Amino acid sequence: MNSNRKMILAIIAVIVVVAIGAYALYGNFGPKEELKIATTTSLEDTGLLEELEAAFESKNPNVDVQFVAVGTGQALEYGRKGDVDLVMVHAKAQEDKFIEEGYGINRTVFAYNYFYIVGPASDPAKINGTNATTAFKNIMTSGTADPSLVSFVSRGDNSGTHTREIQIWNKTGADYNSSIRGQPWYIETGKGMGDTLTLANQKNAYTLSDSGTYLAFKGNLTLVPLVTQGKDLLNIYSMIPLNTTKFPNTNSADADKWIAFVMSDEGQKIFEEYGKAKYGQTLFTPLAGQPEPTN
Amino acid sequence: MLISLDPEVVTITLRTLEISLSSTLFGTLISIPLGGIIYFKTFKGKRVLINVIQTLYSLPTVLVGLLVFLLLSNEGPLGSLELLFTPGGMIIGQTILILPIVTGFTIIALSGVKDEIRDLAFSLGSSEFQTLRAIMREAKYALLGAVILGFGRAISEVGVAMMIGGNIRGFTRVITTTMALETSKGNVELSISLGMILLMIALAISVILNLIQEKK
Repeated sequence: MNSNRKMILAIIAVIVVVAIGAYALYGNFGPKEELKIATTTSLEDTGLLEELEAAFESKNPNVDVQFVAVGTGQALEYGRKGDVDLVMVHAKAQEDKFIEEGYGINRTVFAYNYFYIVGPASDPAKINGTNATTAFKNIMTSGTADPSLVSFVSRGDNSGTHTREIQIWNKTGADYNSSIRGQPWYIETGKGMGDTLTLANQKNAYTLSDSGTYLAFKGNLTLVPLVTQGKDLLNIYSMIPLNTTKFPNTNSADADKWIAFVMSDEGQKIFEEYGKAKYGQTLFTPLAGQPEPTN
Repeated sequence: MLISLDPEVVTITLRTLEISLSSTLFGTLISIPLGGIIYFKTFKGKRVLINVIQTLYSLPTVLVGLLVFLLLSNEGPLGSLELLFTPGGMIIGQTILILPIVTGFTIIALSGVKDEIRDLAFSLGSSEFQTLRAIMREAKYALLGAVILGFGRAISEVGVAMMIGGNIRGFTRVITTTMALETSKGNVELSISLGMILLMIALAISVILNLIQEKK
């Protein structure tokens, strides 16, 4: 009986030691300053942020950069609550509102690329070579005629990509809420870009993706980009630190350092180079020192 | 992947163990005495309380995640602790998650002890504390089972880890959230390897439990 008790005591002791030891190793008590950044999945999924983070941390070894990757809508919600120090997002209308409400200041655009309308290579809705609004119109018409042939997969998560998608639907003259949502050919995933691309691929459907995520996932997809240019597909990324007046405890010193680094020659060079080796083309065009593109 | 032991996978595994074991430890420290009190004391509404505890076995991890998120958020009542998106916050969430199941199974474990032992201990002149110890000792395997069950729920959940931890690389990323992320990225092999690691941890725990029982 005693050996049993000893055994149990020993196990409890091991659990305690592991828990305490692990705390000492990984616990949140180090002298490092944490910079929490809410970012969009489209930036994180490409793998570019890891590279930016490594370069930044080697210059600022006392700062620990932590990314929470969610959709633009949720990233801005984290900002509104003061749960992060900085947001990196891509939906100008939502960003402007965020700043107007006083949660953030100094919106800094740092890079851009284009949204792609991707779909099956057979292109049953015949959108290849058109522009964004015509493409969406064609998808709607063909999808309504035969949902088993043509369908569209939406993020449906209030992300930057979803926001853009709604804008394009509304531009076609159709009302998004009454004549797009809930249609048999319109599928909402409520998930990130990668998951949505995978689902669209499974269903041989059309979807709207940022080009970065599409290129990063290209190897796993049979979908091809069909419409890739034009004003409606311009995708501009920006950083917004929280407003220190509203959130006095925010880590604005490190947020400013981060912004300075991203906009520096070294940071911008990462955007310029990233993806060349892995995907055969760059994923982003850096924007430092240039006006916000309009076409 | 499993064999090469990628350092990132090792760190993620250790972090997962750290967080889940801590939650199990805190959960146990609260639940076993709590279960004991509920079992030994007679009071009004005891049946209802046990029913409530049993209902909470099905507590959705996402609901715990959401409630703890609101609690720990900068605007929430415990916002000043700055525990959101940290391992500490995840431990709080997982501890809450496993409280009902460990408490409930503690009550069940104690109910399994024959009344004679209680009576015998009393008739031999044991104090209340000694009687309690005798009963606890008799129920120890079932109690250990309750702890393992709690650990199993903590290590396999993804809702709290994702919502409270935020899946931050190198900080709050654990096995289940890595699996969710890598699957969404299409890295199915890595996800499966991580799933195997998680099951191997469960196997190790179960083997240890069986060894203890055989020692009897």
